[in-house]
Amino acid sequence: MAPEYRMMEMMICAASRYLEDGRTVAVGTGAPCAAAMLAQKMNAPNLVILFEAGGVAPTMPQMPISVGDSRTFFRGIMAAGMSEMMSTCCRGLVDYAFLGGAEIDKYGNINSTVVGDFYKPKVRFPGSGGANDFASMCWRTLIMTVHTKSRFVEKVGFLTTPGYLTGPGAREAAGLPPNTGPYKIITDLAVLGFDEETKVMQVESIHPGVERDQVRDATGFDLIMPDFIQTTPPPSDSELRILRGEVDPLRLVIGR
Amino acid sequence: MKIVEEGCNALLMDPDPDKARGFFEKKSRAMTDKRTTVKEAVEKFIPDGCYLAIGGFGANRIPTSVLHEILRQRRKNLGFLGHTSTHDFQILCAGDCIDRVDASYIVGLEARGLSPNARRVMESGKVKVTEWTNYALTVRLRAAAEGVSFGIARCMLGTDTFKMSAAKVIECPFTGKKYVALPAVWPDVAAIHVHEADIYGNCHIRGISVADLELARAAKHVIITTERFVGNHAIRLNPTRTVIPFYLVDAVIEVPYGSYPGNMAYEYFSDEDHLKQWLTVEKDPEELAKFLDTYIYNVSSFEEYLELCGGFAKMKELRNLEGLVDRL
Repeated sequence: MAPEYRMMEMMICAASRYLEDGRTVAVGTGAPCAAAMLAQKMNAPNLVILFEAGGVAPTMPQMPISVGDSRTFFRGIMAAGMSEMMSTCCRGLVDYAFLGGAEIDKYGNINSTVVGDFYKPKVRFPGSGGANDFASMCWRTLIMTVHTKSRFVEKVGFLTTPGYLTGPGAREAAGLPPNTGPYKIITDLAVLGFDEETKVMQVESIHPGVERDQVRDATGFDLIMPDFIQTTPPPSDSELRILRGEVDPLRLVIGR
Repeated sequence: MKIVEEGCNALLMDPDPDKARGFFEKKSRAMTDKRTTVKEAVEKFIPDGCYLAIGGFGANRIPTSVLHEILRQRRKNLGFLGHTSTHDFQILCAGDCIDRVDASYIVGLEARGLSPNARRVMESGKVKVTEWTNYALTVRLRAAAEGVSFGIARCMLGTDTFKMSAAKVIECPFTGKKYVALPAVWPDVAAIHVHEADIYGNCHIRGISVADLELARAAKHVIITTERFVGNHAIRLNPTRTVIPFYLVDAVIEVPYGSYPGNMAYEYFSDEDHLKQWLTVEKDPEELAKFLDTYIYNVSSFEEYLELCGGFAKMKELRNLEGLVDRL
């Protein structure tokens, strides 16, 4: 019998499988960090986890609360600073940026700054933090977010963090390093990638038990949906055991 | 050099390196006893209207005592470098101390959620905002620390973050590549919490430095709070670990548990209950006002604040959390 799991666990397991062994990943707190920790304990024991505040390759005893708290360099290789981490990204040494959710559009651009007028916003969010930096300079950007119509929009109200901007060639034209950009979006309904030619988001796999129409209905733009779409493999017994027992025993993320 | 594009918002600080040199020319290099009190340091170095930066990372290794004192002295119209700021920004918003901000991360407390009051302040439109990214602000401090008027990076390009900044896109004179040019920022004053300092202001930090090496070199005045004083001989025994030398520092104060309720690596973990209490009371402005009276305005010292928050027993609990003493 297939194990029972929560959707957050599905998202974390699906996301973790994209992180290859021997690579470097810059992560935010919460679900992206859980996915990177799970990958390390499953398929990628030599994955190097980096934090923007300076933590390099920690042996994390538990999920960090902040990307600058002491867990992010606990028994680590190095405790550096922002300048070191970001210039390492800029030199092309960081394979993945792994970011959390926000408003996202069909080119994978992210808004985490404002809703409404910039000078008198309806909602003020934190802004870029390190997200724009990571998504500009790391090779591949992975994003985990909840899949709703209000979050998946045709065009973001404020472009905080670059995806493919306005489409093919736009990142390069803006001066961003070539061959970089969003890679996978992992939601509670599906895994999405980007069409080679148009750079528009497309569905790659749909999670078990989710219907095609559910994905379409939860998306505020015309999503590319191939005729044949795979089902995302559900979390395995060992993934769940490690995620629940070792990565997040306090259920800080998976309990959400 | 060709300017390709410009951000539309205000540059809050003058990036002229010779004006900064003019200031540093006159700054004392004397290795004197710089011990003082938090109250005096704030009175002397953080006047109304000045441009302030806070070390650490939001709720990690922050100089909480200085932030509280800024509120007690009712400082107004401060400029703020909103670099990786969380609880620090939340405190300054609670005191209505800020009227302009260079923002890369504000309003949020990372995984803990958004500050309802900081949101209210920022959504009112009364605080002038210029947008940046965390790295962009680090590069601006680094340029200032290097004594030049700008630094370059490959972030912000192509985004509204750039449009709402005061940066410029330039073309490299060697390769023609586009870069974002980021103006140097010399804050009027920085407050930084460290693990160990001597009475002259020589500092050792353990763990990550975030952007504090750059910040201590960029700021015109530096206030240091330290977990503990050590003798000058202890600094000289291990000069490799000196990250802030005395000639950058104007004031040094011993404040044990000085990053509370934030985390201090190798010392104590963050007090998540107290940080949650902040987020809860902030939902109602009246509740927040009462909370601020209890924990900041009617409090005479940082020691008294620690007592109110659980005192010695609480500190012991947070030390044990940080040290993972209950782990096998």
